[in-house]
Amino acid sequence: MRLTLHIWRQKGPNDQGRFVKYELVDVNEHMSFLEMLDVLNQKLIARGEEPVAFDHDCREGICGACSMVINGMAHGPERATTTCQLHMRHFKDGDVIYIEPWRAKAFPIVKDLVVDRSAFDRIIAAGGFISVRTGSAPEANSIPVPKEVAELAMDAAECIGCGACVAACPNGAAMLFVAAKVSHLNLLPQGQPERYRRVKAMVEAMEKEQFGACSNHRECEAACPKGISISFIARMNRDYRKALWKTKEFEGGKAEGISKFRG
Amino acid sequence: MKLDAKIPAGPLEQKWTRYKNSCKLVSPANKRKYSIIVVGTGLAGASAAASLAELGYNVKAFCYQDSPRRAHSIAAQGGINAAKNYQNDGDSVFRLFYETIKGGDFRSREANVYRLAEVSANIIDQCVAQGVPFAREYSGYLANRSFGGALVSRTFYARGQTGQQLLLGAYSAMMRQVGLGQVKLYPRTEMLDLVVVDGKARGIVVRDLVSGEISVHAADAVILATGGYANVFYLSTNAKGCNATAIWRAYKRGAGFANPCFMQIHPTCIPQSGDYQSKLVLMSESLRNDGRVWVPKKKGDTRRPADIPEDERDYYLERMYPSYGNLAPRDIASRAAKRMCDEGYGVGPGGRGVYLDFADAIKRLGKHVIEERYGNLFEMYERITGENAYETPMRIYPAPHYTMGGLWVDYELMSTIPGLFVAGEANFSDHGANRLGASALMQGLADGYFILPYTVGNYLANTKLEKVDTSHQAFRDAQAEVQARVAKLLAVNGRRTVDEFHRALGKIMWDLVGMSRTEAGLKEALVKIRALREEFWQDVRVPGEAADLNQELEKAGRVADFFELAELIALDAVERRESCGGHFREEFQTPDGEAQRDDANFAHVAVWEYQGDEKPPVRHTEPLVFEAVELAQRSYK
Repeated sequence: MRLTLHIWRQKGPNDQGRFVKYELVDVNEHMSFLEMLDVLNQKLIARGEEPVAFDHDCREGICGACSMVINGMAHGPERATTTCQLHMRHFKDGDVIYIEPWRAKAFPIVKDLVVDRSAFDRIIAAGGFISVRTGSAPEANSIPVPKEVAELAMDAAECIGCGACVAACPNGAAMLFVAAKVSHLNLLPQGQPERYRRVKAMVEAMEKEQFGACSNHRECEAACPKGISISFIARMNRDYRKALWKTKEFEGGKAEGISKFRG
Repeated sequence: MKLDAKIPAGPLEQKWTRYKNSCKLVSPANKRKYSIIVVGTGLAGASAAASLAELGYNVKAFCYQDSPRRAHSIAAQGGINAAKNYQNDGDSVFRLFYETIKGGDFRSREANVYRLAEVSANIIDQCVAQGVPFAREYSGYLANRSFGGALVSRTFYARGQTGQQLLLGAYSAMMRQVGLGQVKLYPRTEMLDLVVVDGKARGIVVRDLVSGEISVHAADAVILATGGYANVFYLSTNAKGCNATAIWRAYKRGAGFANPCFMQIHPTCIPQSGDYQSKLVLMSESLRNDGRVWVPKKKGDTRRPADIPEDERDYYLERMYPSYGNLAPRDIASRAAKRMCDEGYGVGPGGRGVYLDFADAIKRLGKHVIEERYGNLFEMYERITGENAYETPMRIYPAPHYTMGGLWVDYELMSTIPGLFVAGEANFSDHGANRLGASALMQGLADGYFILPYTVGNYLANTKLEKVDTSHQAFRDAQAEVQARVAKLLAVNGRRTVDEFHRALGKIMWDLVGMSRTEAGLKEALVKIRALREEFWQDVRVPGEAADLNQELEKAGRVADFFELAELIALDAVERRESCGGHFREEFQTPDGEAQRDDANFAHVAVWEYQGDEKPPVRHTEPLVFEAVELAQRSYK
């Protein structure tokens, strides 16, 4: 099939950036979207031009590296599908396709379609863990977890950290990403001791980055390649409200060690 | 080259305990005076970085991805083995040890494998405590499933995303240490050389993949956890960025490379669909728990699978290996599939595929059970092929997946360069000539959580380390060499792209150094690889600049190293005049076509020592001594 591509080209963070038009004539319907871009890049190199930079790695929908807004939709038109798993059979001959990077204040553009998502790592570093030293774990079956709880935690834990939720949100909010990690750990019995400390630390870290606020557009859920539900956002908000209350409770009490929500 | 495996004395089951009781410790107050570099943030790297930082060492962690969470361990699907015996089905540490040794066709070190089986149970404890949401029974207790090459059910799993969940566990433990300032993280940073000072590993040279800046980092010990080299085939199940540069540079600085020809071709991958194909996608081996592998009995049968009646199908794995059936080990299942296709029974485009059929399992268990077990794999299959595997069988074909070979390490996971430790797939240690399913995750986490924290400490406590910083001449020399190499790649300015060369290399490797090898073919490969490598350095075109995010330049450096490694793989395959595990030499097979080992001459690890670009490498051997197991013809019949 024959395609017309309009791809965002930007030399670096301080460059203006613009759409550049490319015509591609020999696209095969079995190609993945990234393989289609590989073909384009090979042609650009042959012509002496610089290929389009884009993040990608596993190409099987799990590493979360690929990140493109395709015709206005994060990861393109297919539901619950990363860009690398999107195949050209979902497009037709003569289509015009606009390809852009994630656009969000908290994800500055590095080059072309590559953005900086390190804000996500900083949020995890603030509290997205259970503090268990290597070696101090009890026997695994001494902590039974109801199957329903484990399944729900797994639904949240499937997040691949790609950032499509942020890119899709009109506010550039990271609520779905943060809520998925908070919910995964706060649902499990192992996560209870740090439950409120965790949600507070992660929400505060999120607010320090340049992410926007949630106003219930639900675009994040629609764009999420793992179909993670926004009900986890409600869950996080509930825990966060409780955490603020607990903070006061602890601060008023005498328990020194827990008076401050520190790691 | 001195190859002392440093296996502790004493009975097999006491070796690790004895080691732990006798190894030297660094005092708590002194740990903060040491710095450790960890390259790679997959299961082995992230778990090592987290555990060493928890102990108080200063850790620097490097990865080429934009986030450490994206390391390729994330893509492992099926599960992780552990000798918990939760199923009461006869599992034990010894049985896991024995099956791993046997699965590896008796080409791994007993003491290492036993230790791996021994700590496997601790891994599950650690991961559960971290919040890894493993599959559970309604009782709330952990669930298990079976994997190839095992007669018990010992695999723990989190849907079809076990690697992801385990990696996120290790990543979160490491990120906690990042938050505490104990680990400093360097994402989008690629190691391009090792710095050796006075015979000890003391640092690395890296390139910042965004700015292109080349810098050096010094430390008291260096851990490479940089994964395997299956991308030497171009098409493999590895992520696009997976590469051998870190271990290859270490080899060229004096680290021995062990068994490079031991590579695993995974039996259940989605067949290739065209020349533009950039990678192959694995379908988890766990599917063979419920899927039945078959081909039509008639050659070149083009009927739809549903139109082929039961008695015209050949369930060849069940026929040839009745006791293991569809759960025969990977090397055996892959070779059987290739043989079927070579003989003309293959299905799909070009006859390069066999069926993996779930119809019986769906009839027996109901679609919802299959959906719960493998739902995400069926979805992925449909996204890629456009076919619904609940209704029509999957088509699968073998693909390069894992490399058992890697840098040689002793019992302490230290290479032949003191202070250079190697963990996970990057080392050669535990899987012999064939790795069993769900054992890579086990090994990566065993190395990182439970072995390196002891052995690195023992090295530091026993070694007098001179104060070395990056102003040392060795750092400046290594940095200059890297800069020159980058400049050389950009200066060629030829006509062919890096991908064209990589694809051509992959074709040579697949055709001549793949699932089935002959002396003549391997020698032909050596000639072809050398010729292609020369063309590469004369005709490759690397666009862009050094001081910029330049993905073609990244690829070019990796492919240049793959060319050299490919030659060593072929050389090792020539010299190993036997068949074992994934290394199948057509000259050495049993009358019924199985791998024929030669224990009298090849019960050893082949370790290659670099001699400079002009001279061929030297092959050393580490004899494998079997005390607890008896060498036997591997049979899964």
